[in-house]
Amino acid sequence: MEREHTFKQYDAELNEIRGLLLEMGGKVEQMIANAMKALVDRDSDLARRLIASDHEINHLEMAIDEKCLQVLARRQPAARDLRFMTLALKIVTDLERIGDQCTSVAKRAVELNQEPPLKPYIDLPRMANWASVMVKEALDAFVRGDSELAIKVCRDDQFVDGLNDQIQRELLTFMMEDPSTISRALKLNYISKYLERIADHATNVAEMVIFMVKGKDIRHTAPPSGDELA
Amino acid sequence: MSASVQATLKAEAKDLNFYYGDFKALKGISIPVHDKKITALIGPSGCGKSTFLRCFNRMHDLYPGNRYEGEITLNPDNVNILSPKVDPIEVRMRISMVFQKPNPFPKSIFENVAYGLRVRGINKRSVLEEKVEVALQNAALWNEVKDRLHDLAFNLSGGQQQRLCIARALAIDPEIMLFDEPTSALDPIATASIEELMDELKDRFTILIVTHNMQQAARVSDFTAFMYLGEVVEYNDTKKIFTNPDKQQTEDYITGRFG
Repeated sequence: MEREHTFKQYDAELNEIRGLLLEMGGKVEQMIANAMKALVDRDSDLARRLIASDHEINHLEMAIDEKCLQVLARRQPAARDLRFMTLALKIVTDLERIGDQCTSVAKRAVELNQEPPLKPYIDLPRMANWASVMVKEALDAFVRGDSELAIKVCRDDQFVDGLNDQIQRELLTFMMEDPSTISRALKLNYISKYLERIADHATNVAEMVIFMVKGKDIRHTAPPSGDELA
Repeated sequence: MSASVQATLKAEAKDLNFYYGDFKALKGISIPVHDKKITALIGPSGCGKSTFLRCFNRMHDLYPGNRYEGEITLNPDNVNILSPKVDPIEVRMRISMVFQKPNPFPKSIFENVAYGLRVRGINKRSVLEEKVEVALQNAALWNEVKDRLHDLAFNLSGGQQQRLCIARALAIDPEIMLFDEPTSALDPIATASIEELMDELKDRFTILIVTHNMQQAARVSDFTAFMYLGEVVEYNDTKKIFTNPDKQQTEDYITGRFG
Protein backbone atom coordinates (compact mmCIF):
# COMPACT_ATOMS: atom_id res chain seq x y z
CA MET A 1 0.00 0.00 0.00
CA GLU A 2 1.21 3.46 -0.90
CA ARG A 3 2.35 5.61 2.02
CA GLU A 4 0.45 8.77 2.76
CA HIS A 5 1.87 12.23 2.29
CA THR A 6 2.80 14.13 5.42
CA PHE A 7 0.51 16.86 4.11
CA LYS A 8 -2.77 14.89 3.94
CA GLN A 9 -4.59 17.39 1.75
CA TYR A 10 -2.15 16.46 -1.02
CA ASP A 11 -3.45 12.86 -0.95
CA ALA A 12 -7.02 14.15 -1.05
CA GLU A 13 -6.22 16.18 -4.17
CA LEU A 14 -4.56 13.27 -5.95
CA ASN A 15 -7.51 11.04 -5.04
CA GLU A 16 -9.93 13.57 -6.40
CA ILE A 17 -8.13 13.53 -9.76
CA ARG A 18 -8.11 9.73 -9.68
CA GLY A 19 -11.86 9.72 -8.96
CA LEU A 20 -12.67 12.14 -11.78
CA LEU A 21 -10.65 10.06 -14.24
CA LEU A 22 -12.57 6.95 -13.20
CA GLU A 23 -15.86 8.76 -13.57
CA MET A 24 -14.82 9.84 -17.05
CA GLY A 25 -13.71 6.27 -17.84
CA GLY A 26 -17.07 4.89 -16.70
CA LYS A 27 -18.87 7.35 -18.94
CA VAL A 28 -16.87 6.48 -22.06
CA GLU A 29 -17.39 2.74 -21.43
CA GLN A 30 -21.12 3.45 -21.36
CA MET A 31 -20.78 5.47 -24.57
CA ILE A 32 -19.07 2.58 -26.37
CA ALA A 33 -21.87 0.23 -25.29
CA ASN A 34 -24.61 2.68 -26.30
CA ALA A 35 -22.99 3.45 -29.66
CA MET A 36 -23.03 -0.27 -30.49
CA LYS A 37 -26.59 -0.67 -29.22
CA ALA A 38 -27.72 2.25 -31.39
CA LEU A 39 -26.15 0.57 -34.42
CA VAL A 40 -27.28 -3.01 -33.80
CA ASP A 41 -30.81 -2.13 -32.61
CA ARG A 42 -31.12 0.63 -35.26
CA ASP A 43 -32.03 3.03 -32.45
CA SER A 44 -31.45 6.54 -33.81
CA ASP A 45 -32.88 8.22 -30.72
CA LEU A 46 -30.27 6.53 -28.54
CA ALA A 47 -27.58 7.61 -31.03
CA ARG A 48 -28.75 11.24 -30.88
CA ARG A 49 -28.83 11.21 -27.09
CA LEU A 50 -25.29 9.84 -27.10
CA ILE A 51 -24.10 12.59 -29.46
CA ALA A 52 -25.70 15.18 -27.20
CA SER A 53 -24.03 13.71 -24.11
CA ASP A 54 -20.49 14.18 -25.40
CA HIS A 55 -20.35 17.58 -23.70
CA GLU A 56 -20.28 15.79 -20.32
CA ILE A 57 -17.01 14.15 -21.32
CA ASN A 58 -15.62 17.47 -22.52
CA HIS A 59 -16.67 19.05 -19.26
CA LEU A 60 -14.88 16.37 -17.24
CA GLU A 61 -11.78 16.81 -19.37
CA MET A 62 -11.65 20.49 -18.49
CA ALA A 63 -12.32 19.83 -14.81
CA ILE A 64 -9.48 17.30 -14.61
CA ASP A 65 -7.07 19.57 -16.49
CA GLU A 66 -7.89 22.36 -14.07
CA LYS A 67 -7.31 20.16 -10.99
CA CYS A 68 -4.03 18.90 -12.40
CA LEU A 69 -2.81 22.45 -13.05
CA GLN A 70 -3.64 23.42 -9.48
CA VAL A 71 -1.74 20.48 -8.02
CA LEU A 72 1.26 21.13 -10.30
CA ALA A 73 1.33 24.78 -9.28
CA ARG A 74 0.79 24.30 -5.57
CA ARG A 75 2.49 21.00 -4.74
CA GLN A 76 5.34 20.74 -7.24
CA PRO A 77 4.97 16.95 -7.36
CA ALA A 78 8.10 14.84 -7.72
CA ALA A 79 8.96 11.27 -8.71
CA ARG A 80 5.93 8.92 -8.52
CA ASP A 81 3.51 11.81 -7.97
CA LEU A 82 4.99 13.68 -10.92
CA ARG A 83 4.64 10.62 -13.13
CA PHE A 84 1.03 10.24 -11.94
CA MET A 85 0.26 13.87 -12.77
CA THR A 86 1.77 13.83 -16.26
CA LEU A 87 -0.08 10.55 -16.82
CA ALA A 88 -3.40 11.97 -15.66
CA LEU A 89 -3.02 14.88 -18.07
CA LYS A 90 -2.43 12.49 -20.95
CA ILE A 91 -5.06 9.91 -20.02
CA VAL A 92 -7.67 12.63 -19.98
CA THR A 93 -6.88 13.41 -23.63
CA ASP A 94 -7.18 9.77 -24.63
CA LEU A 95 -10.50 9.41 -22.82
CA GLU A 96 -11.86 12.54 -24.45
CA ARG A 97 -10.86 11.20 -27.87
CA ILE A 98 -12.62 7.91 -27.11
CA GLY A 99 -15.73 9.96 -26.41
CA ASP A 100 -15.32 11.66 -29.79
CA GLN A 101 -14.93 8.30 -31.54
CA CYS A 102 -18.15 7.10 -29.89
CA THR A 103 -20.08 10.12 -31.17
CA SER A 104 -18.67 9.41 -34.63
CA VAL A 105 -19.95 5.82 -34.40
CA ALA A 106 -23.34 7.19 -33.34
CA LYS A 107 -23.44 9.64 -36.27
CA ARG A 108 -22.70 6.86 -38.76
CA ALA A 109 -25.38 4.74 -37.03
CA VAL A 110 -27.99 7.47 -37.56
CA GLU A 111 -27.06 7.60 -41.25
CA LEU A 112 -27.09 3.81 -41.62
CA ASN A 113 -30.45 3.55 -39.91
CA GLN A 114 -32.01 5.49 -42.78
CA GLU A 115 -31.14 2.68 -45.19
CA PRO A 116 -31.89 -1.04 -45.13
CA PRO A 117 -29.34 -3.04 -43.11
CA LEU A 118 -26.42 -4.34 -45.16
CA LYS A 119 -25.81 -7.45 -43.08
CA PRO A 120 -26.22 -8.72 -39.52
CA TYR A 121 -23.59 -7.17 -37.30
CA ILE A 122 -21.45 -9.85 -35.64
CA ASP A 123 -17.83 -8.73 -35.63
CA LEU A 124 -18.41 -5.04 -34.92
CA PRO A 125 -20.09 -5.72 -31.54
CA ARG A 126 -17.28 -8.17 -30.73
CA MET A 127 -14.76 -5.51 -31.56
CA ALA A 128 -16.63 -2.92 -29.49
CA ASN A 129 -16.68 -5.35 -26.60
CA TRP A 130 -12.92 -5.91 -26.80
CA ALA A 131 -12.31 -2.17 -27.01
CA SER A 132 -14.58 -1.49 -24.05
CA VAL A 133 -12.91 -4.16 -21.90
CA MET A 134 -9.51 -2.71 -22.84
CA VAL A 135 -10.59 0.77 -21.74
CA LYS A 136 -11.92 -0.62 -18.46
CA GLU A 137 -8.82 -2.70 -17.78
CA ALA A 138 -6.46 0.15 -18.69
CA LEU A 139 -8.19 2.34 -16.12
CA ASP A 140 -8.26 -0.45 -13.52
CA ALA A 141 -4.53 -0.90 -14.11
CA PHE A 142 -4.09 2.84 -13.64
CA VAL A 143 -6.03 2.96 -10.39
CA ARG A 144 -4.37 -0.11 -8.91
CA GLY A 145 -0.92 0.61 -10.34
CA ASP A 146 -1.13 -2.87 -11.89
CA SER A 147 1.48 -3.16 -14.63
CA GLU A 148 0.60 -6.82 -15.37
CA LEU A 149 -2.94 -5.83 -16.31
CA ALA A 150 -1.58 -2.94 -18.37
CA ILE A 151 0.67 -5.35 -20.27
CA LYS A 152 -2.37 -7.53 -21.00
CA VAL A 153 -4.20 -4.51 -22.46
CA CYS A 154 -1.25 -3.75 -24.75
CA ARG A 155 -1.28 -7.36 -25.96
CA ASP A 156 -5.05 -7.43 -26.50
CA ASP A 157 -4.77 -4.60 -29.02
CA GLN A 158 -3.66 -7.11 -31.65
CA PHE A 159 -7.03 -8.92 -31.48
CA VAL A 160 -8.86 -5.69 -32.19
CA ASP A 161 -6.46 -4.92 -35.04
CA GLY A 162 -7.11 -8.45 -36.38
CA LEU A 163 -10.89 -7.97 -36.27
CA ASN A 164 -10.55 -4.62 -38.01
CA ASP A 165 -8.57 -6.23 -40.87
CA GLN A 166 -11.14 -9.00 -41.16
CA ILE A 167 -14.08 -6.57 -41.27
CA GLN A 168 -12.38 -4.42 -43.89
CA ARG A 169 -11.79 -7.46 -46.13
CA GLU A 170 -15.38 -8.57 -45.76
CA LEU A 171 -16.75 -5.11 -46.57
CA LEU A 172 -14.48 -4.89 -49.60
CA THR A 173 -16.07 -8.10 -50.90
CA PHE A 174 -19.55 -6.59 -50.48
CA MET A 175 -18.51 -3.48 -52.37
CA MET A 176 -16.94 -5.43 -55.23
CA GLU A 177 -19.92 -7.71 -55.61
CA ASP A 178 -22.54 -4.96 -55.52
CA PRO A 179 -21.62 -1.28 -55.93
CA SER A 180 -25.00 -0.22 -54.48
CA THR A 181 -23.66 -1.29 -51.07
CA ILE A 182 -20.65 1.05 -51.26
CA SER A 183 -22.17 3.90 -49.27
CA ARG A 184 -23.25 1.64 -46.37
CA ALA A 185 -20.10 -0.49 -46.50
CA LEU A 186 -17.91 2.59 -46.29
CA LYS A 187 -19.81 3.81 -43.22
CA LEU A 188 -19.38 0.43 -41.54
CA ASN A 189 -15.74 0.58 -42.54
CA TYR A 190 -15.44 3.91 -40.72
CA ILE A 191 -17.09 2.44 -37.64
CA SER A 192 -14.60 -0.41 -37.62
CA LYS A 193 -11.80 2.13 -37.84
CA TYR A 194 -13.30 4.19 -34.96
CA LEU A 195 -13.40 1.11 -32.75
CA GLU A 196 -9.84 0.25 -33.69
CA ARG A 197 -8.83 3.77 -32.65
CA ILE A 198 -10.64 3.39 -29.31
CA ALA A 199 -8.55 0.28 -28.62
CA ASP A 200 -5.42 2.27 -29.55
CA HIS A 201 -6.33 4.95 -27.02
CA ALA A 202 -6.78 2.25 -24.37
CA THR A 203 -3.34 0.91 -25.33
CA ASN A 204 -1.86 4.40 -24.93
CA VAL A 205 -3.28 4.59 -21.43
CA ALA A 206 -1.92 1.12 -20.60
CA GLU A 207 1.56 2.04 -21.87
CA MET A 208 1.53 5.13 -19.68
CA VAL A 209 0.45 3.06 -16.68
CA ILE A 210 3.50 0.86 -17.22
CA PHE A 211 5.60 4.03 -17.24
CA MET A 212 3.98 5.26 -14.06
CA VAL A 213 4.56 1.99 -12.22
CA LYS A 214 7.91 0.95 -13.63
CA GLY A 215 9.34 4.30 -14.67
CA LYS A 216 10.10 2.69 -18.03
CA ASP A 217 8.88 4.12 -21.34
CA ILE A 218 7.69 1.32 -23.63
CA ARG A 219 5.97 3.45 -26.24
CA HIS A 220 6.99 2.98 -29.86
CA THR A 221 8.48 -0.44 -29.16
CA ALA A 222 7.26 -3.98 -29.77
CA PRO A 223 4.45 -5.14 -27.43
CA PRO A 224 6.06 -5.78 -24.05
CA SER A 225 6.55 -9.21 -22.57
CA GLY A 226 6.09 -9.63 -18.84
CA ASP A 227 9.71 -10.73 -18.38
CA GLU A 228 11.21 -7.53 -19.78
CA LEU A 229 9.42 -5.49 -17.18
CA ALA A 230 9.79 -7.84 -14.26
CA MET B 1 24.62 8.58 -16.03
CA SER B 2 23.51 10.59 -19.04
CA ALA B 3 26.09 11.86 -21.49
CA SER B 4 25.28 15.50 -20.77
CA VAL B 5 26.51 15.27 -17.23
CA GLN B 6 29.59 13.13 -17.68
CA ALA B 7 32.50 14.85 -16.07
CA THR B 8 35.90 14.31 -14.59
CA LEU B 9 36.32 13.81 -10.89
CA LYS B 10 37.24 16.85 -8.83
CA ALA B 11 37.06 15.04 -5.54
CA GLU B 12 35.90 11.77 -4.14
CA ALA B 13 34.77 10.65 -0.70
CA LYS B 14 35.92 7.11 -0.03
CA ASP B 15 34.38 5.12 2.80
CA LEU B 16 34.25 8.23 4.97
CA ASN B 17 33.30 7.92 8.63
CA PHE B 18 33.10 10.86 10.96
CA TYR B 19 32.73 10.94 14.73
CA TYR B 20 31.63 13.73 17.06
CA GLY B 21 33.38 12.18 20.06
CA ASP B 22 31.71 8.77 20.39
CA PHE B 23 28.83 9.58 18.08
CA LYS B 24 29.28 8.24 14.58
CA ALA B 25 27.69 10.93 12.44
CA LEU B 26 28.77 9.72 8.99
CA LYS B 27 28.82 6.07 8.04
CA GLY B 28 30.84 4.83 5.12
CA ILE B 29 30.15 7.63 2.67
CA SER B 30 31.49 7.13 -0.83
CA ILE B 31 30.43 9.55 -3.54
CA PRO B 32 32.16 11.32 -6.41
CA VAL B 33 32.26 15.10 -6.80
CA HIS B 34 32.35 15.91 -10.50
CA ASP B 35 34.43 18.78 -11.80
CA LYS B 36 32.56 21.97 -12.74
CA LYS B 37 29.22 20.46 -11.77
CA ILE B 38 26.84 21.16 -8.92
CA THR B 39 26.28 18.33 -6.50
CA ALA B 40 23.40 18.71 -4.05
CA LEU B 41 23.15 17.00 -0.67
CA ILE B 42 19.58 16.53 0.52
CA GLY B 43 17.99 14.75 3.45
CA PRO B 44 16.05 15.38 6.66
CA SER B 45 17.52 17.38 9.54
CA GLY B 46 20.23 15.50 11.34
CA CYS B 47 21.01 13.19 8.42
CA GLY B 48 24.62 14.38 8.30
CA LYS B 49 24.61 16.46 5.13
CA SER B 50 26.12 19.56 6.75
CA THR B 51 28.56 17.38 8.69
CA PHE B 52 29.65 15.85 5.40
CA LEU B 53 29.96 19.24 3.73
CA ARG B 54 32.12 20.54 6.56
CA CYS B 55 34.56 17.67 6.16
CA PHE B 56 35.55 19.21 2.82
CA ASN B 57 37.20 22.19 4.44
CA ARG B 58 38.15 20.56 7.71
CA MET B 59 35.76 22.71 9.71
CA HIS B 60 35.49 19.94 12.30
CA ASP B 61 39.14 20.41 13.22
CA LEU B 62 38.09 23.51 15.14
CA TYR B 63 36.54 21.38 17.88
CA PRO B 64 38.36 18.77 19.96
CA GLY B 65 37.21 15.13 20.00
CA ASN B 66 36.12 15.07 16.37
CA ARG B 67 37.59 12.32 14.25
CA TYR B 68 37.68 11.40 10.57
CA GLU B 69 38.17 7.94 9.08
CA GLY B 70 38.48 7.19 5.40
CA GLU B 71 39.39 9.70 2.72
CA ILE B 72 38.32 12.67 0.70
CA THR B 73 40.72 12.86 -2.18
CA LEU B 74 41.10 16.11 -4.05
CA ASN B 75 42.25 16.20 -7.66
CA PRO B 76 44.35 16.89 -9.69
CA ASP B 77 47.01 16.05 -7.08
CA ASN B 78 45.00 13.18 -5.56
CA VAL B 79 45.71 14.34 -2.01
CA ASN B 80 43.65 13.09 0.93
CA ILE B 81 42.52 16.37 2.47
CA LEU B 82 41.54 14.63 5.71
CA SER B 83 45.06 13.41 6.36
CA PRO B 84 46.55 14.91 9.56
CA LYS B 85 49.63 15.70 7.48
CA VAL B 86 47.61 18.12 5.38
CA ASP B 87 47.34 21.64 6.83
CA PRO B 88 43.63 22.58 7.18
CA ILE B 89 44.47 26.19 6.27
CA GLU B 90 45.88 24.92 2.99
CA VAL B 91 42.62 23.00 2.39
CA ARG B 92 40.54 26.09 3.09
CA MET B 93 42.60 28.04 0.56
CA ARG B 94 41.48 25.59 -2.08
CA ILE B 95 37.95 24.91 -0.86
CA SER B 96 35.87 27.84 0.28
CA MET B 97 32.53 27.96 2.02
CA VAL B 98 29.36 30.05 2.06
CA PHE B 99 27.11 29.70 5.09
CA GLN B 100 23.40 29.67 5.79
CA LYS B 101 23.21 33.17 7.16
CA PRO B 102 25.21 35.91 5.50
CA ASN B 103 28.21 36.49 7.77
CA PRO B 104 30.23 39.42 6.49
CA PHE B 105 33.10 40.60 8.67
CA PRO B 106 32.61 43.93 10.48
CA LYS B 107 34.66 45.63 7.82
CA SER B 108 34.10 47.49 4.59
CA ILE B 109 32.77 45.78 1.48
CA PHE B 110 36.22 46.02 -0.06
CA GLU B 111 38.04 44.60 2.95
CA ASN B 112 35.61 41.69 3.23
CA VAL B 113 36.49 40.53 -0.27
CA ALA B 114 40.18 41.33 0.15
CA TYR B 115 40.41 39.39 3.41
CA GLY B 116 41.39 35.99 2.00
CA LEU B 117 43.90 37.62 -0.32
CA ARG B 118 45.55 39.51 2.55
CA VAL B 119 45.75 36.26 4.53
CA ARG B 120 47.63 34.87 1.55
CA GLY B 121 50.08 37.78 1.81
CA ILE B 122 48.76 39.79 -1.11
CA ASN B 123 48.87 43.42 -0.03
CA LYS B 124 49.68 45.32 -3.20
CA ARG B 125 46.89 47.85 -3.68
CA SER B 126 46.58 47.50 -7.47
CA VAL B 127 46.41 43.68 -7.28
CA LEU B 128 43.84 43.79 -4.48
CA GLU B 129 41.70 46.30 -6.34
CA GLU B 130 41.67 44.20 -9.46
CA LYS B 131 40.92 40.93 -7.69
CA VAL B 132 38.18 42.47 -5.53
CA GLU B 133 36.49 43.93 -8.60
CA VAL B 134 36.63 40.61 -10.48
CA ALA B 135 35.25 38.72 -7.47
CA LEU B 136 32.42 41.22 -7.00
CA GLN B 137 31.61 41.04 -10.70
CA ASN B 138 31.58 37.24 -10.60
CA ALA B 139 29.26 37.41 -7.62
CA ALA B 140 26.94 39.76 -9.59
CA LEU B 141 27.34 42.46 -6.95
CA TRP B 142 29.76 44.91 -8.57
CA ASN B 143 27.20 47.23 -10.14
CA GLU B 144 25.35 47.61 -6.86
CA VAL B 145 28.39 48.42 -4.70
CA LYS B 146 31.05 49.94 -6.96
CA ASP B 147 30.32 53.46 -5.69
CA ARG B 148 30.47 52.53 -2.02
CA LEU B 149 33.20 49.93 -1.69
CA HIS B 150 34.33 51.44 1.59
CA ASP B 151 30.93 51.40 3.26
CA LEU B 152 30.42 48.94 6.06
CA ALA B 153 29.26 45.53 4.72
CA PHE B 154 26.41 45.43 7.25
CA ASN B 155 24.70 48.26 5.35
CA LEU B 156 23.92 45.87 2.48
CA SER B 157 20.63 43.95 2.22
CA GLY B 158 20.52 40.25 3.17
CA GLY B 159 20.74 39.06 -0.43
CA GLN B 160 23.59 41.49 -1.13
CA GLN B 161 25.42 40.36 2.01
CA GLN B 162 25.15 36.75 0.85
CA ARG B 163 26.53 37.67 -2.57
CA LEU B 164 29.31 39.53 -0.77
CA CYS B 165 30.14 36.33 1.11
CA ILE B 166 30.18 34.51 -2.21
CA ALA B 167 32.53 37.18 -3.59
CA ARG B 168 34.75 36.73 -0.52
CA ALA B 169 34.80 32.99 -1.16
CA LEU B 170 35.49 33.51 -4.88
CA ALA B 171 38.35 35.98 -4.39
CA ILE B 172 40.81 33.24 -3.48
CA ASP B 173 40.02 31.30 -6.69
CA PRO B 174 38.80 28.20 -4.88
CA GLU B 175 38.70 24.85 -6.59
CA ILE B 176 35.52 23.79 -4.83
CA MET B 177 32.85 26.01 -3.31
CA LEU B 178 30.76 24.68 -0.47
CA PHE B 179 27.30 26.15 0.05
CA ASP B 180 25.54 25.31 3.30
CA GLU B 181 21.87 26.27 2.81
CA PRO B 182 22.94 29.50 1.11
CA THR B 183 19.43 30.83 0.51
CA SER B 184 17.41 29.67 3.49
CA ALA B 185 17.55 33.14 5.05
CA LEU B 186 16.73 34.96 1.80
CA ASP B 187 13.52 35.98 0.05
CA PRO B 188 12.52 34.32 -3.27
CA ILE B 189 13.97 37.05 -5.48
CA ALA B 190 17.34 37.04 -3.68
CA THR B 191 17.20 33.23 -3.80
CA ALA B 192 16.67 33.28 -7.55
CA SER B 193 19.63 35.63 -8.01
CA ILE B 194 21.89 33.32 -5.97
CA GLU B 195 20.69 30.31 -7.97
CA GLU B 196 21.34 32.18 -11.22
CA LEU B 197 24.79 33.03 -9.89
CA MET B 198 25.54 29.40 -9.02
CA ASP B 199 24.56 28.42 -12.53
CA GLU B 200 27.08 30.90 -13.93
CA LEU B 201 29.77 29.91 -11.47
CA LYS B 202 29.65 26.25 -12.38
CA ASP B 203 31.42 26.96 -15.66
CA ARG B 204 34.49 27.71 -13.57
CA PHE B 205 34.03 26.09 -10.18
CA THR B 206 32.92 22.84 -8.66
CA ILE B 207 30.04 23.36 -6.28
CA LEU B 208 28.72 21.27 -3.42
CA ILE B 209 25.47 22.49 -1.89
CA VAL B 210 23.44 21.42 1.12
CA THR B 211 19.79 22.39 0.82
CA HIS B 212 16.51 21.68 2.58
CA ASN B 213 14.66 23.02 -0.40
CA MET B 214 14.23 20.08 -2.74
CA GLN B 215 12.99 22.20 -5.59
CA GLN B 216 16.24 24.12 -5.26
CA ALA B 217 18.25 20.91 -5.56
CA ALA B 218 16.13 19.96 -8.58
CA ARG B 219 16.64 23.40 -10.15
CA VAL B 220 20.34 23.95 -9.71
CA SER B 221 22.17 20.65 -9.33
CA ASP B 222 23.54 18.12 -11.80
CA PHE B 223 23.90 15.35 -9.25
CA THR B 224 22.08 14.70 -6.00
CA ALA B 225 22.92 12.60 -2.96
CA PHE B 226 20.06 11.71 -0.63
CA MET B 227 21.33 11.15 2.91
CA TYR B 228 19.60 9.59 5.88
CA LEU B 229 20.96 8.74 9.35
CA GLY B 230 24.54 9.44 8.33
CA GLU B 231 24.47 7.34 5.18
CA VAL B 232 24.08 8.10 1.50
CA VAL B 233 20.89 6.25 0.55
CA GLU B 234 21.09 7.18 -3.12
CA TYR B 235 23.49 9.14 -5.29
CA ASN B 236 22.26 9.78 -8.79
CA ASP B 237 21.79 12.10 -11.71
CA THR B 238 19.46 14.87 -10.45
CA LYS B 239 17.02 14.28 -13.31
CA LYS B 240 16.72 10.65 -12.29
CA ILE B 241 16.32 11.41 -8.59
CA PHE B 242 13.39 13.75 -9.16
CA THR B 243 11.53 11.77 -11.81
CA ASN B 244 12.23 8.14 -11.00
CA PRO B 245 14.64 7.45 -8.15
CA ASP B 246 16.02 3.94 -7.68
CA LYS B 247 15.33 3.71 -3.93
CA GLN B 248 11.91 3.70 -2.29
CA GLN B 249 13.29 5.75 0.62
CA THR B 250 14.44 8.50 -1.74
CA GLU B 251 11.03 8.53 -3.42
CA ASP B 252 9.22 8.77 -0.08
CA TYR B 253 11.40 11.69 0.96
CA ILE B 254 11.20 13.77 -2.19
CA THR B 255 7.46 13.22 -2.62
CA GLY B 256 6.76 14.31 0.96
CA ARG B 257 5.84 10.89 2.37
CA PHE B 258 8.59 10.73 4.94
CA GLY B 259 8.35 9.63 8.57
